[in-house]
Amino acid sequence: MKYLSEFRDAGLVNGIIDQIKRIVTKKWILMEICGGQTHAIIRYGLDQLLPSEIELVHGPGCPVCVTSLELIDKALAIAARPEVIFTSYGDMLRVPGSGKDLFQVRAEGGDVRVVYSPLDALKIAEENPDREVVFFAIGFETTAPANAMSVLQAKTRRVENFSVLVSHVCVPPAMDAILASGRNRVQGFLAAGHVCAVMGYWEYPPIAEKYGVPITVTGFEPLDILQGILITVRNLERGNKVVANAYSRAVTFEGNRPAQEIIKQVFKTCDRNWRGIGMIPRSGWCLRPEFRAFDAEIRFPVSQIKSEESRDCIAGEILQGLRKPFDCPAFGRICTPANPLGATMVSSEGACAAYYKYQPVRQR
Amino acid sequence: MCLGIPGKIVKIYEKNGLQMGEIDFGGVTREACLQYVPEAKVGDYTLIHVGFAISLLSESEAAETLAYVREIAELGDELGK
Repeated sequence: MKYLSEFRDAGLVNGIIDQIKRIVTKKWILMEICGGQTHAIIRYGLDQLLPSEIELVHGPGCPVCVTSLELIDKALAIAARPEVIFTSYGDMLRVPGSGKDLFQVRAEGGDVRVVYSPLDALKIAEENPDREVVFFAIGFETTAPANAMSVLQAKTRRVENFSVLVSHVCVPPAMDAILASGRNRVQGFLAAGHVCAVMGYWEYPPIAEKYGVPITVTGFEPLDILQGILITVRNLERGNKVVANAYSRAVTFEGNRPAQEIIKQVFKTCDRNWRGIGMIPRSGWCLRPEFRAFDAEIRFPVSQIKSEESRDCIAGEILQGLRKPFDCPAFGRICTPANPLGATMVSSEGACAAYYKYQPVRQR
Repeated sequence: MCLGIPGKIVKIYEKNGLQMGEIDFGGVTREACLQYVPEAKVGDYTLIHVGFAISLLSESEAAETLAYVREIAELGDELGK
C-alpha cells in the first residue's frame, strides 16, 4: 500500500541499522513517546537489531494507560445507569477500574457500545432521542480534533442527549515532567508523529533547550522509527540539542491550524491526573464553560468513588521509562492480557501488552 | 490509539455542514471527515485517525525521505559494511 510498504523495506532497514552502528560511540537512552511506536518497535524487533549502546525506553503515550483510575470508575458508574448508552473507543473496555471494567458493566446489563469515531456516537444520540448518550472522550492531541468536533456538532445540531466524559492529555507537559524528575534516564526523545501532525512541533524547541535533549518527530513504520533514532543519536553524538523532523511527509512545523483552532474553541488547559504517574500541572484539556451542557461529569454527578490501584502493578514506572515490563514480577504470571492488573497490559499500545504479544519468551 | 492510516481520497461531499470524503484504504473504503484538511482534493493521500483526516501526505516529502534513506543504505554498501 502506498505510504506503507515502501517504509517497511528490509534492505533499507538494514542500511539504517548499519549507519547507526557506525556513528554510535557511547551508551544513549532514548524514549519513544507514543505507544503506537512502542508496538511497532517490539513487533518488528527493532530494539534487538540496534547496537547494544542504544536503549529504548517506552513513554507515556498511551491514553488508555494514563486515563486516571478515578475517571474510569466514574465511567463505570455512568455506564451502569439504565438511561445511558455509553460509547467508547474499543481499547477502553477492558481497562480495569477499581472493581470491574466496562465489559463487566455490559455483561451486567449496561448498554456499552464501541464506536470507531466520535461522530458515530453523535449519530447514536440522534437515533436514540429518549436515551442519554455519553462518549468517553479520551486521547492525546491526535484525537482532540475529532472529539472537539463531536461536541461542536452536538451544540450546532442541538443534540441535547449527547455528552462527553473528557480525559484529554497533552504530550509536551508529560515530557517536561519526565525530564524534570530526579530519576530521569532519558537523553533524547522520539516525538509522537501523529500528535505532531495535529499540533506541529513548535512546542518542542523550548523543551529541547531547557533540558538539553534532542527531540526528533518520528513516524510509525520501521524506516520512520529507525530514521528517527539515527537522527537523534547523531544529534546526541554531536552534542546538538535540537528538534528535527523525521516524518516530514505528514508533519509540518506549525501543524494542522484548522484542527488547532477547533481544539482551542472547545477545550481549555487544565491540570490532569495521569494514572500511574500522578498530577501533572496544565497537562490536559477539559471543556470550556460554554460547553458545560455537554459535560458528562456535570450531567451525571458521581460521588463517593473510592479508587484503589493494584499493589502489584508497576505500570506507573514503566510509563515514565524507569522500568521495563520484564522487571515486573507479575508480568505474564498473574498479569496477562486476559486478566490485566494495569492498563499497560490492556491497550493495543501499552508496553506490557506489546512485550506479552510479540516477545513473550525473550530473556530478561 | 494515535493510529493514523494513510488512504486515498476518492470522493468529497458535504454532510451536516461538514466536508466529508470517501477514503480508499488499499481496497476498503470508509467515510471520513475532511473538515480539517480544507485544501484536500480527490486523489490526495491523507492520514485518517478516528474518522478524521488530520493531515495530507506530501508525495515530495515522502520521496525525499526515501531518497535520503537509500543514500544512507548505499553509503554502507560502498564502505563494505
